[in-house]
Amino acid sequence: MTRHLVKKGLILLFSLFTVATLTFFLMHAIPGDPFTQDKAVPEEIMQAMRRHYGLDQPLFIQYLKYLKGLVTWDLGPSFKYEGRTVTEIISEGFPVSLALGLEALLIAVSLGIAAGTISSLKSGRWQDHLTMLVAVLGISVPSFILATFLQYIFAMKLDILPVARWGTFAQSILPALSLAALPMAFITRLTRSNMVEVIQTDYILTARSKGLSTFQIVCRHMLRNALLPVVTFLGPLTAAILTGSFVVEKIFGIPGLGQWFVMSVTNRDYTVIMGTTVFYSALLMFSVFIVDILYCLIDPRIRIGHKSEAT
Amino acid sequence: MFTWINQNQIKLLTTLKYLLSLLLVFLMGCQSSAPKGERSKQELRLNIASEPPTLDPRKASDTISVAILTLCFEGLMRSEKEFAMAKEVQVSPDLRTYTFTLRDAFWADGQPVTAADFEETWKTILDPSFPSPYASDLYVIKNGKGYKEKKLTRDMVGVKAIDAKTLQVELEHPVPFFLSLVSTHCFFPAPAHMKQPFGDHFVSNGPFKLTSWRHSNDLTLVKNSQYWDISRVILEKIYFGIIQDETTGLHMFENCEIDWAGTPFSSLPLDAMPMLVKNPLYQSFEMPGVYYYIFNIEKPPFDNVNMRKAFALAINRKEIIANILQGKQTPATGSVPPMMWKGDPTPDYFKDADIPEARRLFALALKEMGKTVKDLPPISLSYNTNEGHHKIAQAIQEQWLKALGVRVSLENKEWKVFLDDLTRHQFQIARMGGLATFNDPTTFLDTYKYPQDTHNFSTWRNARLTEILNQSDLISDEKERFKLLKEAEAIVISEMPILPLYYYKGNFLKKPYVKGITYSELGDVEFKTAYIEQP
Repeated sequence: MTRHLVKKGLILLFSLFTVATLTFFLMHAIPGDPFTQDKAVPEEIMQAMRRHYGLDQPLFIQYLKYLKGLVTWDLGPSFKYEGRTVTEIISEGFPVSLALGLEALLIAVSLGIAAGTISSLKSGRWQDHLTMLVAVLGISVPSFILATFLQYIFAMKLDILPVARWGTFAQSILPALSLAALPMAFITRLTRSNMVEVIQTDYILTARSKGLSTFQIVCRHMLRNALLPVVTFLGPLTAAILTGSFVVEKIFGIPGLGQWFVMSVTNRDYTVIMGTTVFYSALLMFSVFIVDILYCLIDPRIRIGHKSEAT
Repeated sequence: MFTWINQNQIKLLTTLKYLLSLLLVFLMGCQSSAPKGERSKQELRLNIASEPPTLDPRKASDTISVAILTLCFEGLMRSEKEFAMAKEVQVSPDLRTYTFTLRDAFWADGQPVTAADFEETWKTILDPSFPSPYASDLYVIKNGKGYKEKKLTRDMVGVKAIDAKTLQVELEHPVPFFLSLVSTHCFFPAPAHMKQPFGDHFVSNGPFKLTSWRHSNDLTLVKNSQYWDISRVILEKIYFGIIQDETTGLHMFENCEIDWAGTPFSSLPLDAMPMLVKNPLYQSFEMPGVYYYIFNIEKPPFDNVNMRKAFALAINRKEIIANILQGKQTPATGSVPPMMWKGDPTPDYFKDADIPEARRLFALALKEMGKTVKDLPPISLSYNTNEGHHKIAQAIQEQWLKALGVRVSLENKEWKVFLDDLTRHQFQIARMGGLATFNDPTTFLDTYKYPQDTHNFSTWRNARLTEILNQSDLISDEKERFKLLKEAEAIVISEMPILPLYYYKGNFLKKPYVKGITYSELGDVEFKTAYIEQP
C-alpha cells in the first residue's frame, strides 16, 4: 500500500513537471505577448517594458528562472495587473472559489446521492421519472442559462436574494446552485444506475432475507458498492468545482480563481497563466490521488489486488 | 468534462439567454424613485466591467483604469480652457515654452502639490527603465524621446520646476493643443514625497480618493476633503462593483442595486439595445471615436485605390446602425469624428451606400488591374472574436456580395493573435476602432505621420499629408489650423487606406435621481459635480 502510494506520488510530481514545461513553451509559442495592444507603442517603450519583466532574456533562462520560482512558490508579478503577484492572485482567488465550490459540492453530492437513491428504489414509478426528468434538465441546461433564470426568479421577481456580487452567504446561494446543477444531475444518474444494478445482486437479496430494514440495506450494503463510480467522478469534479467556473464567476461577479484561467490567456499574462495552470494541475492530480486512497479504503478488492501484484 | 455541448448549441443557448434577459428587462423595470439598500444619502453605486489593471496614472492604458483615475486625479488643466492644478499659464511667442503657475492645492494626505511632483512624474514616465505604455504621449516634451531611447540624460528633458509653484515645460515642436494634452491622464502628477506612490498607500489630488479596493470584487472612492475645489463636490461616496457580465449589470440596474449602467464604466448588452433605446432612462452621447476597417495596401487587390473606394462606397452604414448596433451611432464618412472639429464638422466626404458609384469604381479598378471578378484573389475580412464585430462583418459581407458580386470570407481571431497578424501585415481587410486620447483632430491624423511610431497597420503614407501636419503645428490660430487639418483628412479619404464605418456613441441608463453629471470636452462623462437628488 505504502509502496503503491509512493509510486503514485512520484508519477504525480513528474506529471506536474511535464505540465509546467509544456505550458511554458506552448504559451511562448502562441502569437502576441503581454504588451501587444492596438495603441501605438514605440519600440523603445516596448523594450523598456520587456526588460522590466525579464522578457528580453533568452527563453531557456526564463524557463530556468521560472522553475526556480515554482520550487520556492514565488511565481512572480502579473504583467497585466500592476503590483499584484501571482501568489497573491491565487491566495486571494482560491479561498473564494473554495468556499463557493464546497457549497456547490455539498449540494451536488448530498442531493445527487439522495435523489439517485430514491429514484432507484422507486424505479419505474413517478418519483423515478420526475427525478430523471430533472436530472436531464440539469445536464442539458448550461450553468449560464440556469444562472440567469435563478437571478430572475429569486432576485428580480421574489426579491429575496441579491442579483450578484460576493461577500455574504445570501450572495453565495444562487451561484452555488448554478454551479451544483450539472454535477448534481450527473451524480443522480450515476447513483441511480449503479443502485439499480446492485439491487439485483444476491447479497442484497440475502440482506433482505435476513430481515434488515430498507434503510440499513441501503446505507450499509447498497450505497457502499454503488458509490464507487461516484467517488471516481468526485476527484476531477472536486478540482474543477473548487478552482472556480469562469462562467458562473462572470455572471455573478465573484472574485474567484476561475476567471483568471481564461483572462490570463487572453491577456498573455505569462506568469498568471503558469501559476494558475500549475496550481490547477496540482489540485487535479492531488484530488485524483486522494480518490485513489479512498478507493483502497472503500473497496478492499483494490487493496488485495495490489498486494497480489506486488508479490 | 463539461464540454459536451458543441459550438452551435452554445450560440443557440447564448441567444436564448439574451432573449430571456430581454424578457426580464421588459417584465421588470424598477419603479422605485429612490436608491435601494442601506447606504449614505450621497452615494453613487455603479458597476465596472473589469478589474482596473492599475491605478497608477503613469502606467494606465485601458479605459476602465483611466475612468477611475479621472475621478481621483487632476492634471494642470481639467480641459483646454479649465484650469485645475495650474491657475495660469504663459506661452512663449514661439509656442515652444509653457510656464505654468500652480495654485495652492494639496494631496489627499495634506502635503502640497508642487511643480516638482509634475517634473518628477513626467521624467519617471520617460525613464528608459520605467514600464509606461503611454510614454510616447510625452514625446512632445523636449528630449523626451531621446531620454527614453537612452541617447540623452534625465536632466536634458525639457521639464523643470523653477520653484514649488512654477513649472516650465519646453516642447520639441509647437503643440497648439498642449493645454488639452496636459489634461489627459498621462500628464497626471504622482506624489513625489512618497517613496512608492500607489503602493500600500494610495494618495491622489482629485475630487475623490480611493479608500478600499477588494481585488476583482469592488472599489470605493470617497470625497477627498483636501481637494481644492471641494465646494463643488457633493457626492460623499462612489461604490464600484466589478461585474463583467453586461446582462447581470442590467439586471442590477433594473433591480435598483446600481444607479448607472453602461458607458463609461461598462457597456449595455447589444441584444437588449432595441428595448433599451425606448427606455426613458436611456441616454446616449457623442464619443470621439470611429469604428473602421483597414485595407492592406501592399497586397492586391487593395493596392488599387479605386478598389478600396468601391468597397467603401458599397457599404450601407445606416442599415448596419439601424439593424445591428441600434444605439444611435452615426455613419462615418470621414476619418476624424465630427466632434473633434469643435462645432465646425466637415461635410460628408462620400455618400453612404452609393452603389452605382461603387460599381463604377469597381469596374474601373478591375480594368486598371487587367482582371475580371473571377480573377480576383480570395478576399478575407478579419476581426477579433466578438459578437458585435461578427454581426457587422456578416452584414457587410452580404452587402459587398449584393453590390459588387464579390464573396468575401470572414476570419475571426483571438485578440492578441489578431493584433499579431496586423503587425505582421498578414491581412487584407481588418477591423479596428480608435478613440481620441486628446482633444485635437491630430489624435487621428498623426497615425499617418509617424508610421514607425504608431500602429498604422495599413502602412499608407503620403508626403503632402505629412507636410500639412508639420505645417499645422506652427499655427496657433485654431480656425486656420483646422482648415489645414481638414485638407489632411480629405487626402486620407481620397486615398482610403481605411474604410470608416461609424462614429461611436456612449450609451447608458441612469436613474432619474442621479443629477449634476457633465461631459468633458472629449465627451467623457464627469462625475465631479454629480449628486443624488433627495426625495
